Amino acid sequence: MWDYSEKVQEHFFNPKNAGAVKDANAIGEVGSISCGDALRLTLKVNPESEIIEESGFQTFGCGSAIASSSVLTEIIKGMTLDEALKVTNQDIADHLDGLPPEKMHCSVMGREALQAAVANYRGEEWSDDHEEGALVCKCFAIDAVMIEEMVWANKLRTVEDVTNFTKAGGGCAACHEDIEAILEKVLAEKGEKFDPDAAPIEVAKPKAEKKPLTNLQRIKRIEEVLDSLRPQLMADGGNVELVEVIGNTAYVNMTGACNGCQMSAMTIAGIQQRLMEVLGEFIKVVPASEMAKLVTIGA
Amino acid sequence: MRDIYLDNNATTKVDPQVVDVMLPYFTEQFGNPSSIHRFADGVAKGIKNARQQIQELLGCEHDSEIIFTSCGTESDSTAILSAIKAQPFKKEIITTAVEHPAILNLCEYLEKEGYTIHRLPVDKRGRLNLEAYKAMLSDKVAIVSVMWANNETGTIFPVVEMAEMANAAGVMFHTDAVQAVGKIPMNLKDTKIDMLSLSGHKLHAPKGIGVLYLKRGTRYRPLLRGGHQERGRRAGTENSASIVGLGKACELALQYMEHENTHVKAMRDRLERGIVEQIPHCFITGDLENRLPNTTDIAFEYIEGEAILMLLNKAGIAASSGSACTSGSLEPSHVMRAMGIPYTAAHGTIRFSFSRYNSMADVDQVLKVMPDIAAALRNLSPYWENGAPVANPEQAFAPTYS
Ligand SMILES: Cc1ncc(COP(=O)(O)O)c(C=O)c1O
Ligand code: FES
Repeated sequence: MWDYSEKVQEHFFNPKNAGAVKDANAIGEVGSISCGDALRLTLKVNPESEIIEESGFQTFGCGSAIASSSVLTEIIKGMTLDEALKVTNQDIADHLDGLPPEKMHCSVMGREALQAAVANYRGEEWSDDHEEGALVCKCFAIDAVMIEEMVWANKLRTVEDVTNFTKAGGGCAACHEDIEAILEKVLAEKGEKFDPDAAPIEVAKPKAEKKPLTNLQRIKRIEEVLDSLRPQLMADGGNVELVEVIGNTAYVNMTGACNGCQMSAMTIAGIQQRLMEVLGEFIKVVPASEMAKLVTIGA
Repeated sequence: MRDIYLDNNATTKVDPQVVDVMLPYFTEQFGNPSSIHRFADGVAKGIKNARQQIQELLGCEHDSEIIFTSCGTESDSTAILSAIKAQPFKKEIITTAVEHPAILNLCEYLEKEGYTIHRLPVDKRGRLNLEAYKAMLSDKVAIVSVMWANNETGTIFPVVEMAEMANAAGVMFHTDAVQAVGKIPMNLKDTKIDMLSLSGHKLHAPKGIGVLYLKRGTRYRPLLRGGHQERGRRAGTENSASIVGLGKACELALQYMEHENTHVKAMRDRLERGIVEQIPHCFITGDLENRLPNTTDIAFEYIEGEAILMLLNKAGIAASSGSACTSGSLEPSHVMRAMGIPYTAAHGTIRFSFSRYNSMADVDQVLKVMPDIAAALRNLSPYWENGAPVANPEQAFAPTYS
């Protein structure tokens, strides 16, 4: 079965704030039974301060859906609505010490229910702004809709192009066949034919005209991201230290409770994910112990 | 408390007697069966003996009809690819909508290569329509591949009759009998089945050993070419220890055949009756009159399968689910969808599959914990209120999008 963190299991086996809040004045409902996931979030918001005083969830779904709902109700209790709106799905996943890529949509559902509840409180219409497709690349958690959009928007023609723009396909290669099927489909819609041997398109820097980071900038940004993650690691009795950055590889030391703990591989994966999001480029996070190996081999 | 294993359709424990016969083949009789020295002379004999034990369980005419492979999946692939290679002008394949992915994903791939795949639908009890099947048979069809028993529901298909029909139309017939072998009696020499797949780990032999039965006279092309092993029909040095183990497992399966269909069946029957009586809003899926004796698949409405499994696991009970979430896809099992099981239930299906290692005490334990598990999850569910489903689930719960 899934490799769920202990946090996920904790929230699944002993869910917090299960059930509907009485006299709730903010209700958000997302999902549906046909998708296999549905969440109703009920909040009691103080009309003066807009502070969330009580939160409750009702969830139909798998272990990680229930755990995501439970942890969400804990995170937002005591926050103002504006603060709560800043909670991202990644925050939810982080509070659970990470989710398997196939299960990230559970955290997305949590965030959407929250947005829907706030909209409901404020008397606004809320509509789901993203469409979620079938997960194609498990290594980088990229779904079909995302790949299709990128193929359309950037006139991608080969798997290599798709990897350059979305990262999908840059890992174990298991998804290459599926990516080719998407290319074939989209290109056919555009009246073109898929040619696996087409030359890669000129990489005019993914999307906006972003200059590549200098190494100094990169190190600074990495430090910033690590600083932002630090409070959470410390709450778990651990810490992280940046040792060296070589190209796109960041070598880190996990210390305290994180060091040697079963979770450290997962924590590292989470850090890597966050770094890639913030820096907008591929970053590999490797324990500094691996660096020692490299050096000795080189010596 | 002893952990309870009720996931025998996924895989089984290797019988200690099987382990015993295998051990000498690792360290004493480890020679290559093709060699001519004393480290090898017992090996060829061991393999020959295993072939006969398997022949007996399957009821086939010749032991040379047994080809050892690495697993059920390899046997399935070999059968279908052999049929299309041997008959290059036939571009159609008939199968069912509820096959194992070992067949379905291969067919989907062949579809992209230009083959026409006919997938026979099933009714809401999981049964096939033989009239529709008959209409599909033609000289354009390279092979029919229909599973003997379904891995999720245990539903048994009338493969003996379907093979007769294929044979009458001059079409080759393969059956994926991975779930059926060892659980129900068979006598292949009296049938028109041309090829059959089985897998060791479903009948208390180790993982990574399978068999393709190939009726004498059936046109054939090997999947793996190389050495002369298996008479050139499947090259690669024999997995001698596992082959010997599979032989022993087949001998034992034959001995326990009656036990399987009486004692094991009685455990299954008591479990499913108990669950349906005690827990509201659940039902058994599949063809109840025509099922493997060891399998029951129960749909629990308004709750999700993975969550049920996690709670069962915590109670020391191992089962499995056709829920989407256990596979990482967004859709529930293709078998449940093919039967038209409503979404309110399809996400909450749990399969309990028994073996001769289970006992009635196991059944009682599951019956003790299952009602609370269903109730606990229903308490969390937005589709459930005051001990009953909300009046109109899809309407009462009106999410912003769906
Ligand atoms: C019906 C059926 N066919 C094929 C297989 C695959 O067998 P193996 O795991 O030996 O490749 C299985 C096992 O899950 C099965 O249940
Ligand atoms: S799944 Fe896409 S590279 Fe591994």
